[in-house]
Amino acid sequence: MRARLASLLLHALLIAASAAALLPLLWMVSASLMPAGEASQGPHLLPSAPTLEHYRALLGRMQLLRNAANSAGLAAAVTAISLAVNSLAGYAFAKLRFAGREPLFRALLAAMVVPGQVAMLPLFLMLKGLGLVDTYWGVIVPGVASIFAIFLIRQYALGIPESLLDAARVDGAGELRIWWSIALPACRPILVTLAVFTFLGSWNDFLWPLVVLSDADLQTLPVALANLAGEHVQDTELMMAGAVLTIAPAVLVFACLQKYYLQGLMSGAVKG
Amino acid sequence: MSARPPPAVWFVAPALAAIGAFFALPVFASLGLSLTDFDIYAIGDLRTLRFVGLDNYARLLHEPLFWTALANTLVFVALGAPLSIAASLAAALLVNARLVRWKGLFRTLLFLPVVTTLVAVAVVWRALYHPRVGLLNGLLGALGVAPIDWLGDPRFAMPALIAMAVWKNFGFNMVIFLAGLQSIPERLYEAACIDGAGALAQLRAVTLPLLAPTFAFVGISTAIGSFQLFAEPYVMTGGGPANRTLSLVLLMYREGFRWWNMGSAAALAFVLFALVLAASWLQWRLRPLEAQR
Repeated sequence: MRARLASLLLHALLIAASAAALLPLLWMVSASLMPAGEASQGPHLLPSAPTLEHYRALLGRMQLLRNAANSAGLAAAVTAISLAVNSLAGYAFAKLRFAGREPLFRALLAAMVVPGQVAMLPLFLMLKGLGLVDTYWGVIVPGVASIFAIFLIRQYALGIPESLLDAARVDGAGELRIWWSIALPACRPILVTLAVFTFLGSWNDFLWPLVVLSDADLQTLPVALANLAGEHVQDTELMMAGAVLTIAPAVLVFACLQKYYLQGLMSGAVKG
Repeated sequence: MSARPPPAVWFVAPALAAIGAFFALPVFASLGLSLTDFDIYAIGDLRTLRFVGLDNYARLLHEPLFWTALANTLVFVALGAPLSIAASLAAALLVNARLVRWKGLFRTLLFLPVVTTLVAVAVVWRALYHPRVGLLNGLLGALGVAPIDWLGDPRFAMPALIAMAVWKNFGFNMVIFLAGLQSIPERLYEAACIDGAGALAQLRAVTLPLLAPTFAFVGISTAIGSFQLFAEPYVMTGGGPANRTLSLVLLMYREGFRWWNMGSAAALAFVLFALVLAASWLQWRLRPLEAQR
């Protein structure tokens, strides 16, 4: 009987917590479907007459579609390039011998306490000098190498049996070949985790794209949305539609790959 | 003739080159920049650049706006990080409880705010916080609470940002805590049970001590993240009202990228760095004995 009561209480608390977590997002969707002006008349939970006019207005502007394409393209490029670069390095730090490997790795770990904003000002001036400000590369290039990603891949690659690699070497496979056909498949779970993590991080990023992209045609969705929110303070429903369009792809990616993503996060946390 | 470098060098070279060029170099350059009077004229003509020693730092000490931003950021970290960690731990304990069904579903739902776009949810919460038509005042009004101007009242603006940040972030640490909880051997709870320990005693004697290493990790990463407060005030309050939500990074952004005072902005960046370093060091020193192996 006590167990029944405890179980009931636990589930009630969890349902309340989940409702609190979801309510702002559900209201966002609901408000995005309200006729113009309704959200400004009073606190409404549901639209009186659901309408897609705000989505039509937003998608009708080529601008927002461009911003969405920019976000998607940049996130995909950063994810692909960073997975290649960081998995090469992470695997090497785990399995290949070279002079200075351990001190170098420790230095990288120590550098993780430096917040990215410290590098931001000179980085901007450097990229300006290179002509990369207001280009896609200005966003991609600083996001490519990640110490965190190298660390996670190294931790995972440490578990690859040495005998597997040696057998391939005996068969005459080159090191690059071994990385591609043995190390990468063995590290698949952590690579999927990192891919989701990097994609979402890039999709949601704000400060750096805000700084480096001033051309409206190149801007990402979050930057465009922040501008929209600055200009159209009154059009709550329109802004909610914009917020839905910005958040939905991120939630979709997460929903499809959440099993890998959460498990990777949890296994990384235990090892880390 | 020198030997060919081992292939491992080519494996790490791309990552190290990128980190060196786009992270390490700018960090050191930033230190140099903070010792100059780099401003909008220097962007046009580098010859106008002067070395000013520690002047930028000295000027910050006499700048009331700096102290405001510093105090706001410290309040955000000191209140927001513990609140967020407490919420994460509570959620993890709930999801992990033996009697709970649909653990995976609850875990996913509670994690959902983490993957959302900060700028977008800031726009949403700005509407929720609206004094007249916001949902929050609507709900509170049903309970008889008089309307509060969440983002317009200097007393409430920072707590409002903290509440939103806790909502947005607690799911991440919840998952880290869940991993820690699941690594605690079941037999310890069985032993505690045989010794007659109730649920609360088990929490104190088994769960919390064994989560100590997780606390160290979660504490440092949450504090570091909180020091970087930017998008919330940028979108929701613009740093107001009365500069009550002006953060260090927002001030740095304005100094550096609005007014192009890169020298003093770089000095601000190093103050931020020093704070993050101090927080990391403090937590490293305060980490519980179990984690000091």
